[in-house]
Amino acid sequence: MEPLVHTFPPYREREAAHAHEAHAHHEDIGFWRQYIFSTDHKIIGIQYGFSALCFMLFGFFLMMLMRWQIAHPGSPVPVIGPLLAKLLGQPAANGVISPELYNSFGAMHGTIMVFLAIVPLAFAAFGNYVVPLMIGAPDMAFPRVNMASYQAYVLGGMVMVVSFFIPGGAAQAGWTSYSPLATTIPTDGQFFWIIGMVFLITSSLLGAVNFIATIIQLRAPGMTWMRLPFFVWAQFVTAFLLLLAFPPLEAASLMQLMDNVAHTSFFLPTGLAVGGQLAHISGGGSPLLWQHLFWFLGHPEVYVLILPAMGIVCEIIANNTRKPVWGYKSLVYSVLAIGFLSFIVWAHHMYLTGMGTKISAFFQATTMIISIPSVIILTCLFISLWGGSIRFNTPMLFALAFLPMFGIGGLTGLPLGFNASDVYLHDTYYVIAHFHYVVAPGTIFGLFAGIYYWFPKMTGRKMNEFWGRVHFWGSLVFMNLVFMPMFAQGIKGMLRRMADGGANYSAARVPDAIGTLPGTIMELHTWILWAAMALGIAQIPFILNLFWSIRHGEKVGDNPWHSTTLEWQTPTPPPHGNFAEPPQICRGPYEYSAPGHDTDFTPQNEPDAPAMTPKTSPAPAAH
Amino acid sequence: MEIPYAVHPRPDTGIYNAKVGIWLFLASEVMLFGGLFSGYVLLRVGADQWPHGWLNVTLGTANTIILALSAITTLLAWVACKVGQFGKFKFFHACTLLLALSFLCIKGYEYHDKLIHYEIKLTDGRIADGHRIASDADSVTIEGRYVTDESQLYDLRAQKNIPRDEIKIPRSQIKSMENYGPWHNTYLALYFTLTGLHALHILGGSIVIGYLWGPGRRLWKTDPQHFTNRVEVSGLFWHFVDLVWIFLFPVLYLT
Amino acid sequence: MSESHPVDFNSYLRRCLFVFIAAVCAVSLMIWASYLPQDHFSWPLKVALILIVACCNALVVAGFLMHLISEKKMVYTVLGFTVFFFAGLLALTVWAMHDFPAGTTH
Repeated sequence: MEPLVHTFPPYREREAAHAHEAHAHHEDIGFWRQYIFSTDHKIIGIQYGFSALCFMLFGFFLMMLMRWQIAHPGSPVPVIGPLLAKLLGQPAANGVISPELYNSFGAMHGTIMVFLAIVPLAFAAFGNYVVPLMIGAPDMAFPRVNMASYQAYVLGGMVMVVSFFIPGGAAQAGWTSYSPLATTIPTDGQFFWIIGMVFLITSSLLGAVNFIATIIQLRAPGMTWMRLPFFVWAQFVTAFLLLLAFPPLEAASLMQLMDNVAHTSFFLPTGLAVGGQLAHISGGGSPLLWQHLFWFLGHPEVYVLILPAMGIVCEIIANNTRKPVWGYKSLVYSVLAIGFLSFIVWAHHMYLTGMGTKISAFFQATTMIISIPSVIILTCLFISLWGGSIRFNTPMLFALAFLPMFGIGGLTGLPLGFNASDVYLHDTYYVIAHFHYVVAPGTIFGLFAGIYYWFPKMTGRKMNEFWGRVHFWGSLVFMNLVFMPMFAQGIKGMLRRMADGGANYSAARVPDAIGTLPGTIMELHTWILWAAMALGIAQIPFILNLFWSIRHGEKVGDNPWHSTTLEWQTPTPPPHGNFAEPPQICRGPYEYSAPGHDTDFTPQNEPDAPAMTPKTSPAPAAH
Repeated sequence: MEIPYAVHPRPDTGIYNAKVGIWLFLASEVMLFGGLFSGYVLLRVGADQWPHGWLNVTLGTANTIILALSAITTLLAWVACKVGQFGKFKFFHACTLLLALSFLCIKGYEYHDKLIHYEIKLTDGRIADGHRIASDADSVTIEGRYVTDESQLYDLRAQKNIPRDEIKIPRSQIKSMENYGPWHNTYLALYFTLTGLHALHILGGSIVIGYLWGPGRRLWKTDPQHFTNRVEVSGLFWHFVDLVWIFLFPVLYLT
Repeated sequence: MSESHPVDFNSYLRRCLFVFIAAVCAVSLMIWASYLPQDHFSWPLKVALILIVACCNALVVAGFLMHLISEKKMVYTVLGFTVFFFAGLLALTVWAMHDFPAGTTH
């Protein structure tokens, strides 16, 4: 069986002189330490990737169940209904999704997709695999901490999944877990949610420390900051966001845990009544405090979701246009600005909490300002296409689609960022459409692009191009069909988190009331359900392609895309320790189609030809 | 290829990897305790009345001095490693561990004190407040006083010579009885959560220092510089924990 | 880790003694401030005074025991951003809770 990571033998033959004493300990370490309890960043990256994709599929199933309920409230779920009833008991009695179960699906869909799927895939999986290779490092700065962070992630994920099967079911108070609802809901699922979050936050914090230390300390000689591929910059800023924004949520989670378990009143106000009765609590708490602390993370979190994907798209665009990306410095400064500003915009999620005009104006201003660097990044990527020799392979298709999809997602965020229009749009389906556009056809497309792009480096084979295109077109068309109607639904006033899909507020039920949801809007539910099913079916070629290509994909060499960045200048798959010696970096990351070269790409570590004098030398070199 | 700069500093940043790592981690810890402190500020500013003098300043001061001393012994343990005097390292970190243990013992005593302190609302409208001495099926005996209104229990600093009489209360007269745990009011919730999280950090730090002092000392023989770096990095964490207490003590005990 | 200055045990002992004395002074000052008479010194004023002393104490500990005084620029940068974001969290949250439309609360 071909191991996924070679130990050093391939290099030993070529670099016998230096290699030996450095890795005398790289002998066979057994299956468990090589693949399960690995400290190698590449194995950990694959572990994260595989786990994250599984969670993403699970989150998708939760969404399908919810969409069924929305389109056919009170009807038993076809095919899976009896299984649900068997697994979950009373909340899914007769295969019908009860409102409580719907709420738990909603809360867990959000939690799982954000914290167990997207962040681990975008940041941890791709970051772990690619970043050390891209900067010329042998591994992450703290390999054992890396392993610990993966294990914490798995533990957190297990806690979240287990919570579905406890009495009372999983968390039901939304992925935002607002108090006092989160404390007064009679289920232990909230407690499990908090414990799961603590594990996940720990995992992210350890990962963030590792990434930042690695990028600062382990860059190869000659790899200056401004020669880093943009993907590394994006991961660097993302790591900082995780490092500094997650802890206040951990503090808030601790306080909510105390509210749930120790009956404190951090977030429970005086005079709280539950079920018509005065709650037996000390009071004096503030529900708004939870919201502030949650969104202090919540907003940087959405940039955590998007920045790695932007980084991936940039790499793929540069590679498939065969020219340097336009505006590298603008990209770098913009991503730094986004990172900085993202900490001071959070209360635009809280415009309807009764904030006054001055504070609202402050957050509105910072929110508008942060859209500028985002647009700059998108513009640079668009302009990079101009004059390029574009290759339309599967990664490039996804990367190209990312641009307008993220454009739609970003632009629809503007009416939400303005206080006045947000008063109307808050908590409607408009918000759901906005953020799904940014994350689903946005980030996830970036991540698909990355999987197709880096698959040959991990396995030495390309994924099948035809089925890749089928996957692409299916995903693009159906994602738009799923989410575009939701803008209309939201503008018409359909609120979020309604287990009956808005039937209670529909014109059919209360024809004489003002502002009800018209039939056309309600009918869209059925279309969205079909589109979601088709979207699910469109993923099947991808899943099959992924596994099939590991063994049977087209075999390729070490650098099939003819890329300039360092990860492609290693053997395939890269051995433990990545490079026999620290690579010497001689140039920037996107030297494509540089004049005077034989090939249309020059790898970063390729030494300058002796006959060429470097353009930057001030005087002829003294010989 | 070995991971570079694990022991020796990288020339352009001037630091070795673990030091970068620990400062990053401490930055995140600042935000963690910062989140809790911002909760404290908000809840206190928004409260109608806030307790004063509910905590024993003498014990708090003792704990502050203990932690300050432990920070110093931690630094000296690192210095001993730098100058190659391993015996002194063992001595100083043994002191650190003992001081940490004393801190936790005093904290435990303080927690216990709060958990046996009861506020008993009586059927006739009075409130009895004091430490439980005895309790059985018929009555509860406390050492404390009666007050007519709950607000009298809040500002203990403003009151002189608070009586501590032995009061026996039959259970038939008790309307409700609650001890001074975190559920009692937001001040105690914050006190227990803040000091509890801090105590967990003391425990964690002690475990790491204990490991270095005990089984981890093998590294001194093979790579003394790497070991010294580990001592320094764990010392930085310990100093941070001391820093947190420097703010916790005045904010909870003195204000 | 190679330090640019030679490590002298006794100089560190002196440094530690200085820090300890500073800590004891700070603690005494804070306790004294907290017991100032209520009628002349309101609690907000006392809290402000105590926090200022606590900050000075913290700076001494951080500066000397954590070597922050002679730390590298990278560490200062990280800490600088952290302090800024912490201040932002505190200030903006407190501001948000106190800026609300007139007449909407009691």
